[in-house]
Amino acid sequence: MKILVCISHVPDTTTKIQFQEDGSALNSTGVTFVINPYDEYGLSRALDFQEKEGKQVSITALSVGGKEVEATLRKALAIGAESAVRVDKPALDSYQVAKEIAEYAEPREFDIIFMGKESIDFNSAMVPGLVAEMLGMPFVSFATDMQLGEEGAVTLKREVDGGVEVVESQLPIVVSCQKGMAEWRIPKMRGIMAARKKPLAVISGANAEEQLATTSFSYPPAKGDTVYIDADAPEKLIDNLIEKGII
Amino acid sequence: MSVLLFAENAQGTFKKATFEAATYAYDLAQAMGTTLSAVSVGQVSEEALASLGKYGVSNIYDVRDEKFNAFVNTAYAAAIANVAKKIDAKAVVMTQSYNGRAVAPRVAVKLRATPISGVTSMVDPADGFKALRLSYSGKGVQSFRTDNDKVVLTVKGNSYQITENPVTAEVISADFSASEENFDAIAKEIIKASEGISLTEADTVVSAGRGMKGPENWGIIEEMAELLGAATACSKPTADMDWRPHHEHVGQTGIQIAPNLYIAIGISGAIQHLAGVSSSKTIVVINKDPEAPFFKVADYGIVGDLFEVVPKLNAAIRAAKAAV
Ligand SMILES: Cc1cc2nc3c(=O)[nH]c(=O)nc-3n(C[C@H](O)[C@H](O)[C@H](O)COP(=O)(O)OP(=O)(O)OC[C@H]3O[C@@H](n4cnc5c(N)ncnc54)[C@H](O)[C@@H]3O)c2cc1C
Ligand SMILES: Nc1ncnc2c1ncn2[C@@H]1O[C@H](COP(=O)(O)O)[C@@H](O)[C@H]1O
Repeated sequence: MKILVCISHVPDTTTKIQFQEDGSALNSTGVTFVINPYDEYGLSRALDFQEKEGKQVSITALSVGGKEVEATLRKALAIGAESAVRVDKPALDSYQVAKEIAEYAEPREFDIIFMGKESIDFNSAMVPGLVAEMLGMPFVSFATDMQLGEEGAVTLKREVDGGVEVVESQLPIVVSCQKGMAEWRIPKMRGIMAARKKPLAVISGANAEEQLATTSFSYPPAKGDTVYIDADAPEKLIDNLIEKGII
Repeated sequence: MSVLLFAENAQGTFKKATFEAATYAYDLAQAMGTTLSAVSVGQVSEEALASLGKYGVSNIYDVRDEKFNAFVNTAYAAAIANVAKKIDAKAVVMTQSYNGRAVAPRVAVKLRATPISGVTSMVDPADGFKALRLSYSGKGVQSFRTDNDKVVLTVKGNSYQITENPVTAEVISADFSASEENFDAIAKEIIKASEGISLTEADTVVSAGRGMKGPENWGIIEEMAELLGAATACSKPTADMDWRPHHEHVGQTGIQIAPNLYIAIGISGAIQHLAGVSSSKTIVVINKDPEAPFFKVADYGIVGDLFEVVPKLNAAIRAAKAAV
């Protein structure tokens, strides 16, 4: 079974986000970049198939981006992917990234394409569905569990408003993952050593064009001052909320 | 040229988020000098369909083949794109729900439209659909535009005021039967999270963290939620320790929410937690540590012991309710 894990290279979750002065892009000075946390669920589940369930699996990690994403791909190799691919194009928007992924995946016939439910930088939750449609594959989004059945049958769970949906489908499939899909793995020393020797291919890609241009970045409006309410008379809070029509 | 709303239903009825998207789509149609049409997929009563007229929907294309009773993103996207092509929609609008986000990208590819996710302001159809959306998990605001003359967009929940724009809605039966191959990932059953109010749709959310000391103490939180008609949420560690169900975990790696009122009790306000809740309209923080980072984003703060404060608040809410 061939699995492709798409990895977005994003600022660590503790980063205080700051943009360049002209608002054109993130100011990445001093920022640590990591594997998008949701993408790690897919990578970990792929390894579970291999290790816990003894399936014959090959795992390729792919990222669309400049040279800087290679460190993040190496981390995916250290966690356990066999090989990595960098599509040497800046990631511009969901459509362009999806097109590059689809062009790469199409001739290679992956059984599963794992992605994250969203990237924590762009937060579009669009790339997985775009790839699925471009490739004419079934798509299960916000997946919290995936089990392999007989003859390519798969059963997944996905989060929906007010519950969890049990979905039946068939390989090949595109799955976007979130918490529940697997436990994150911490790379071991042996994995880190091995990762240095694993193949990381750089390909030029398909020259897909962006559709949604970012004109600038800014900050969300700052909150006003906090109104403090005396803990001995907290009912004042309720009065305030009622007065403002909030409750 | 027209604007098409995907009027998403939940078990046959329309919820607040759909009316919000309808209001947005109506305002966009006005700006484009055209009328608003909607497509409904699945079984929705005639009355419920006609009720969309209240929010400015003039034509409702009703796709009700029983094959569509369960949600399948491929088939739904085919149905929506079919109507969009028929009426030459320049903009397809839907809610930023779980299902909305699953079909939107497919519809965009089918229509060669630009996919735009989670818009928080009205797009300008005269200037490349220029508008705003959140990025960097709510820590940034992205201004965008597109050269494409067609867009598929999802509207972020609680970011657009619902208004009524009554028109007479005509329900048009659209017999569209998607081919078998489109039913490629079938929802077999839905396991209900709880009887409570769904977290993503709730107007008010009462949330608690490690300050609760243990799962046995959550009674006061549930009581407050019940009194306010609110949903309950929690921080990541409390879900990880199984004090609370996993689907209640909010934040960067949990669910992102933007209710009108978010009440955070015994939660420190770590940056990953804030990333999932900071776009809430009003934030109340109750914490015994005056230095807790959560106070920096709070509209109202109470520095005190939650085990004393929360029961008093519950009593005050009860008293206020009895007074009306
Ligand atoms: C990659 C990554 C992703 C993460 N994603 C998330 C996420 O999505 N969501 C999330 O929530 N966290 C997330 N975290 C964890 C986050 O960093 C914090 O550890 C977590 O939010 C802390 O939870 P807490 O506020 O409940 O606990 P604590 O930080 O322990 O805070 C408890 C608070 O309760 C207060 N308190 C204690 N007793 C009382 C009392 N009697 N009365 C009043 N106040 C009291 C304390 O003063 C304290 O401020 C993530 C971490 C990482 C590394
Ligand atoms: N530049 C990228 N390279 C590879 N995969 C990506 C990239 N950007 C996004 N993805 C994948 O698409 C998912 C959803 O991203 P998004 O649509 O941006 O929210 C991510 O979790 C990744 O799995």
